[in-house]
Amino acid sequence: MMLIRVCKAHTGIFVSGPFQSIFGIHQQALEVWQQRANVLASNLANADTPNYQARDVDFRAVLAGATDDQLPLATTTPGQIGGASAEGIPVVWQAPMQPSMDGNTVDTQVNQSAFAANTVHYQASLTFINAEISRLRLAIGTDSSS
Amino acid sequence: MNLFGIFQVAGSGMAAETLRLNTTASNLANAGSVSSSSNGAYRAREPVFTTVDDSQLEARTDGRFDVSPTSTEDAAVAGVRLDGVTESQAPIQARYEPGNPMADANGDVYTSNVNPIDELVNMISASRSYQDDVDVIGSTKQLMLQTLNLGNTQ
Repeated sequence: MMLIRVCKAHTGIFVSGPFQSIFGIHQQALEVWQQRANVLASNLANADTPNYQARDVDFRAVLAGATDDQLPLATTTPGQIGGASAEGIPVVWQAPMQPSMDGNTVDTQVNQSAFAANTVHYQASLTFINAEISRLRLAIGTDSSS
Repeated sequence: MNLFGIFQVAGSGMAAETLRLNTTASNLANAGSVSSSSNGAYRAREPVFTTVDDSQLEARTDGRFDVSPTSTEDAAVAGVRLDGVTESQAPIQARYEPGNPMADANGDVYTSNVNPIDELVNMISASRSYQDDVDVIGSTKQLMLQTLNLGNTQ
């Protein structure tokens, strides 16, 4: 995800500039969908591992953390930690519908559909970011259709 | 952890399921083999998988997972690896076949304890899991390509 990292680096440079919230929440959302794709892929890879506990990303908690970011904690002395970062994405256990005898709690179908939904969410975030880029191109006078 | 990590995770799953298919194949191939003693008879083999977290996945450089390190210590992302291969403890059946060159002094040969039904069920389960991993890799590849095209609105 090289591109997103570049955007984050820019955020660091233009701290108070227009680049901070240029893509809105979608930049962070991409990272969350990406992390969730990783977690769900782990579940599917471990579908036959004894005693493996299926995991998932708690999107509600992530969203709460992301909205907290809008009002960061004041840092009065250097070294103080500001607000919650997007790095600590909360991971929770999935409640199994049909636990198996070997202690594995992966519901393959549930995880397949979750992965597909996650893919669509990721694509939705990409679409929003693309739209924003088109808008900016229009604003700076570059003909984006050529 | 970026999207490349999914390739490692799903790839480890594919490797594990391939091994499971391999043991199934060898079990089925040896289902009819006989031996002159109950100790020498073929016993059905079954792999046991174990979870391997991301840091271990990176550390494995034994040829199968020679992957470059990624910048994460997130234990929520976990691949899978082979823990060992167990042999079935089902009883070995003796069959009276005096004409068989493998027969012992009593005229018995000892057959394998492979249960073909179990093996076929295992085969279906392993190939389904393999397909899941392939689907995951396909979707991830699609997402990465779309992300690379970010900003190309044509």
